[in-house]
Formats: sequence, structure tokens, C-alpha cells
Amino acid sequence: MRQCEDWGTDSITEAPFWVYTDPDVFDREMARIFCGRSWSYVGLEAELPDRGDYLVTRIGNRSVIVTRDQDGEIRGFLNRCAHRGVKLCRHARGNSRMFVCPYHQWSYDARGRLKGVPFIKGVKQLGGMPEDFRREDYDLPELAIARRGGVIFASFAPDMPALEDYLGDTNTAYFDRVFDGRGLRVLGYSRQLIPGNWKLMFENIKDPYHASLLHVFLVTFGLFRADQKSQVRMDESGGHALLISQRGEQKASEDTKDMRNLRVDFTLEDARLLDPVKEFPDDATVVMQTVWPNLIVQQQSNTLALRQIQPRHPGAFELHWTFFGFDDDDEAMTTRRLRQANLMSAAGLVSADDSEVIKLAQDGIAEGDGRSLMLMGGRGTGDETHMVTEVALRAFYKHYRAVMEL
Amino acid sequence: MNVDRWRLEDLYADYARLLDDGPLEAWPGLFVEQCLYLAIPRDNFDAGLPLATLRCESRGMLADRVKAVQETIMFEPRYLRHHITQIRPTERDDGGLDVTAHYTVVEVLHDELPRILSVGRYLDVVVEDDDGALRFAEKRVVYDSVLVPNTIVYPL
Repeated sequence: MRQCEDWGTDSITEAPFWVYTDPDVFDREMARIFCGRSWSYVGLEAELPDRGDYLVTRIGNRSVIVTRDQDGEIRGFLNRCAHRGVKLCRHARGNSRMFVCPYHQWSYDARGRLKGVPFIKGVKQLGGMPEDFRREDYDLPELAIARRGGVIFASFAPDMPALEDYLGDTNTAYFDRVFDGRGLRVLGYSRQLIPGNWKLMFENIKDPYHASLLHVFLVTFGLFRADQKSQVRMDESGGHALLISQRGEQKASEDTKDMRNLRVDFTLEDARLLDPVKEFPDDATVVMQTVWPNLIVQQQSNTLALRQIQPRHPGAFELHWTFFGFDDDDEAMTTRRLRQANLMSAAGLVSADDSEVIKLAQDGIAEGDGRSLMLMGGRGTGDETHMVTEVALRAFYKHYRAVMEL
Repeated sequence: MNVDRWRLEDLYADYARLLDDGPLEAWPGLFVEQCLYLAIPRDNFDAGLPLATLRCESRGMLADRVKAVQETIMFEPRYLRHHITQIRPTERDDGGLDVTAHYTVVEVLHDELPRILSVGRYLDVVVEDDDGALRFAEKRVVYDSVLVPNTIVYPL
């Protein structure tokens, strides 16, 4: 088992490659981070409008069921029969009052409480469970639930702080900026299996340094660029972060000379692809929020999405995108959101760069004998007012090392 | 429109050839100017959710996608191979054709064995354009392989 001293330094400016590849580290992440004291994003209330509606998702690599019970409350529990470990629910979503295992038909209620065991007393005085079998000993682990602005979070820890305390003031304020109480309308999903460690996805969204260099589309059309007014802000723990920026113009400047990907001559044949309108009260046109340990809230122009990270094993994770708008969007706004989704998805003109580069990163890391460097912008972990920094990665690893005791 | 199955076969053969062997910039020419191209995960399609992962509402948007593939997106080099089968036309009242077909796209990365990138069906509207050529007025690529193996770069 890896120890803290194996990291080789107390620093958070470097991460040894084995944190992205070691199966024991992965197991510890599942236990301490995802099944530990954290709020994981699991879905939207808009996906569970009626009593009995359920969806199946993952917290870390654990399959869980989230459902609206007969009293209208949101509940959640582990999707794994207490008998033989069989997945109870094999549909991604549906409506049901009880959850019955297909194998021996053990049945559970909306809180994961075991309600029925066929032949518990045997048949014709033969068989059945032993006298000392107590059904209530086999309830499934129930999840704590938090809701804010129509977004559902869940935790395996029963005594979590309130979500707003978990997020901290700044991250709560920016979360509420998008989830401001209006009804949410799900526009659809995109899923991809990215052959890289899950942390690389989080690091990618916490890293504004790459955005001005890798993403030709963002740079060329001024959607996110190092010479624009920007901020990087974290919560006290360092686990959550915000990248905030303001759209600029498609033109060269003194600061763009290092951006070899800036293409001032690149034009679209059909400009409707990028036709953003202002929709939030402040001047920010892009806010990318990472919420420890599994959520990215994306607001890039008018494309809004929740990206949920579901680690599968050290070398792969599923990225599950939920695109949404608001109930009060008019048809033009819905169309605009659907068009701008071209930038962001499993086929995104921008996000394709990221899933491809994460694969290339894992390919290099898997060779084993190196370290990842996070030194841009200094060694600190405090808020910054520019993009030329890896500060949010350092803050992430400050929190990661504390939680993992590694 | 009389259905000439060979002309229709040729349209789909050209579609696969231009995407797989190029020239890619000729691919938008298989669509009418005011076309609709959508790649939709099957779960969205079945649930009536409008989100498509590729959405082009004109030949110009198709050309923009091609230009992005050729000039702006960073990706590992790859070969693709489209296999299009069970092409089945039905005549429409407006003179065009509704065409359904099955497809599989095999992807080959330089250092990896071939794998299926995408499998699904095409729900198309094919029309005879002003110059007499058959072109796609609409193409909905409904993909069963909703968990995408990393990235869709080229159109499906």
C-alpha cells in the first residue's frame, strides 16, 4: 500500500504517475473520496417528476438508484442485492414502487429496505432461512440526499454538512447563478468512455493554462483566452474551483504571440453555430465549476451542461453529460443551446481536444516512471485573477492528499 | 420519384467513400444547401430529447465541421470505415424518399486493434436536387452505441 512518503515530496506542485495508475490508490479513492465524506452529483429533480420515478447512476464505481418515493421525497440506495450482489435495476430509468432482484426476487422499497424474501419460511416445512435470519439486517446502504436549485447530490456518509457549507460561499453563489430556482428542462445526454484516469478530467477543467493553447476554437473565436479578464477561485478546502472569464474578440494582440493556434483568418460559413446572447446578470460569459468529487458545471456561452465523472478503473472513466435549459426558454434559445452543443459533447468541436489529450496523457503516464508538474503561476493555492496558472490543480491536490492521507 | 435502387446505392457508397477515403471537403456536396444533419444517441431519440452530439443545419455548417476536423480539432490520427447495409427507400408524398439504413463505423488507431466506433441506423430524406443529382435533405444518425469509445471526430 502506498504511503504519504512515497509521493517523494510534501509538495503539491508534482504528482507521481502512480496516482493515475495504481489499483490500490483507485480502491482507496473509491472508499475515501466517493464513498466517504463527499456530496456526489447524481441527477436532476426534473428527471424524477413523478412519484416512483427512478434513475440509475454511479457514485465512483458504485451503481446507485435514485428515486422519488410515494411521499414525493428523493431517496437513494446502493443498486446491489444484499443476497448475491446482483444489480437490482437493469434499466437506466423508469417508474417503480418496489425494486425486485431478478435472481431470487428479494424486494426492496424506495429507501433500500428489504421487504420481501421469497420462501423465507421454506416450502412444506422444508428449507427456508435459519431461525436467526433477521430481514432488517440486510437493508441496502441508504444515501444521504441534498438538493439545491433542482440538482440532487448524494452521499454514503450519513452526517454530511449542508451542501452550501460544503461548497463554501463563493462556489455556492456561482452554483446558484445557474441553478437560480427556475425549472430545468433536460435537452439530452451524451456519454463517452475516456481511456484515462478520472482525475485527468477534473484537472483539465481546473486548468485555464491549456485552454488558450490547445483549443483552437475557443482561442480563435475569443470564447476563452489568456488575454481576457479572468478569475480562478477555490473554496477553502481546494476541492472545488471556478474558472470565470469574459468573451473577447477574434483578433491578435501583444499577448497572443505565444498562441500558435490563434487563427485570425478562420471564419464560419454558417455563423449561427456561434450566436451567443447574454443571459446571466454578471459579465462572465464562461464559468466552469468543478465540484468535488464528481461534477463539472459547464456554462460556456449558452450551452449549459452537467458533466458527471464516473471512474471505472484506474485507466478509464465515463463522462456522462446532461444538457439542459430552463422551462422559460423560448424556442430560439432552445435552438441556440442545441447548436452550441456542437462545441461540447462526445463529438464536441472543443471538448474533443480534451478527451483526445487525456488519452494521450494516460498513454504517457502508463509508462510509469515520471511525475506530473503543476508549477505554472507559482506554488500557491489562493485565488488568481488571470489564466496563466495551475493554481486550481495544486489546490485540488492539497485536498486530495489530505482526504487520501497520501 | 421513381426509385432507382442503383442510384441510391451509389449515393450511400459515395457517402462512405468520401468520409473514409476523402476528399472530406467533397462530403457536404452530398447534401442539399438547406439540409439537416443530426447524430443523436439512441436513448435521446427514444425519449424524444432533442440533443444531438453533431448538429448541422445547412451545407455551410457541414463544411464548418469538415474544416474543424481538418484544421482545428486536435486528435490522434485514425482510419474510419463505414459499412452501410439494408438500405430501404419508401416514397414520400412530396416526391422525395424516406430512406432507412443500418451502419457500422470501424475505427482504427495507429497503435490499436480495430474497434467499432459507432453502430446504429440512418433515418434519411433523399431528394432529387435541381441539377438532377440525388442528395440528402435530412440525415438523422441514431446511434445505438451511446457510450462512445472516447471521441467522435469525423461525421458518422
